[in-house]
Amino acid sequence: MIERDARPRLASKARIRLDKQTGQQVLLYPEKGLVLNSTGAKILSLCTGERRFEEILAALRGDYTEGPVEELEAHVESFLRSLEQRGLVEGLSA
Amino acid sequence: MSDAPRLYTLIAELTYRCPLRCPYCSNPVDYQKRKSELSTEDWVRVLTEAEALGALSVNLTGGEPLLRDDLEAIVAAGKRLDLYLNLITSGQPLRRERLERLKELGLAAVQVSIQDTDREASDRIAGTRAYDQKLEAARWVKELDLPLTLNVVLHRENLDRTAAIIELAERLGADRLELANTQYLGWALENREALLPSRAQIEQARAVARAAKERLSGRMELLFVLPDYYADRPKACMNGWGERYLLVSPEGKALPCHLAHTLPGLEFENVKDRPLAEIWRDSPAMRAFRGDEWMSPTCRSCDRRSIDFGGCRCQAFHVTGDARATDPVCSLSPDHGVVLAARARAESAGERLVQLRYRGGTRPVT
Ligand code: SF4
Repeated sequence: MIERDARPRLASKARIRLDKQTGQQVLLYPEKGLVLNSTGAKILSLCTGERRFEEILAALRGDYTEGPVEELEAHVESFLRSLEQRGLVEGLSA
Repeated sequence: MSDAPRLYTLIAELTYRCPLRCPYCSNPVDYQKRKSELSTEDWVRVLTEAEALGALSVNLTGGEPLLRDDLEAIVAAGKRLDLYLNLITSGQPLRRERLERLKELGLAAVQVSIQDTDREASDRIAGTRAYDQKLEAARWVKELDLPLTLNVVLHRENLDRTAAIIELAERLGADRLELANTQYLGWALENREALLPSRAQIEQARAVARAAKERLSGRMELLFVLPDYYADRPKACMNGWGERYLLVSPEGKALPCHLAHTLPGLEFENVKDRPLAEIWRDSPAMRAFRGDEWMSPTCRSCDRRSIDFGGCRCQAFHVTGDARATDPVCSLSPDHGVVLAARARAESAGERLVQLRYRGGTRPVT
């Protein structure tokens, strides 16, 4: 579980930009890149290091359409954890 | 032809000049004859055109890119284009203030190459005293909160110190450690006898790297690249010829890889003569090994051809004399015997002293 008071942020090695050829957001880091879907891009745009995890979830609830709202938290959590595993997201504990 | 592949990464070789003289250097063996380098304006235009072609990241490399005093201007231009800028450096000559400035201007990441964990061995390979300065540079990278990649080229002499190398990377707080085994091309092919390790050395180092990778997950990314000569199938060299990477040499030649200029019969065009998009899409040299029509019958009838593209063209040429041949590293290659023989010699090399040939030709200073 990611703590409600945690303030996730992108690691300093990661940068997000628009891939003009595909119209998708990409997460770039040394020697690699990950294509983000629109939900992923939205989640990361909220991970500024200032917002608490709870606020991030609240902000996402509005336009979450991929399933029941209860699943949202699990979805966001597994997404952020997988990026943490690669050292791309930090601050998942309060 | 309009269906050119998508460019992802530009490799900008800003200069051939370098304070080091590693015997496995990927620069041309005749680099001293090449003098005229692209101007700042040329590089800014190359970055702009590469970004328009789809490039998302740029490796600023050389030689030693720090030897260009317009590196700042080039980084600033890359930043304006929102490119992920990765500086690949030997760590000298570098001052902390300069690195700080480069970060402010938009540098995203730094890769420092280390030759060994042992100062003397390291300086002997580099052909100059560089070790302490490199470690200092690596520390500055971390102090400035830039991501640090350490790159260590492994070979016969340092492979047994893999554990110590990993420890050093941990101490320095590296975000990524690339343990790249020497590729036997260019200078390294000239020095193959002295550099190729034995199978037992490789296996041991691989086991060490595997255990460390697990332990460091999430903290440090660890990459261990098996040397070609000990694999049964080749790597997808550069992800295919002219598929994702474009290299621009110090004098402006557009190439699919570091060593493509060593292949006979290919005319590489200069970015000063023609727009990059046209060179990328149309130039005969860039198209020479795209697709599978050029392939040997061995590869053309093989299912892996869309995975490894028949391996490395340069290796094929330098070992077999035919750039279209199946990469001899592949056990299906009719020339695979050459690789097996080199392996056998590595097994029996023992303590035999082999003289390294240095970039620059003179003897090492240490
Ligand atoms: S035969 Fe060619 S395509 Fe098949 S594995 Fe070997 S190098 Fe790759």
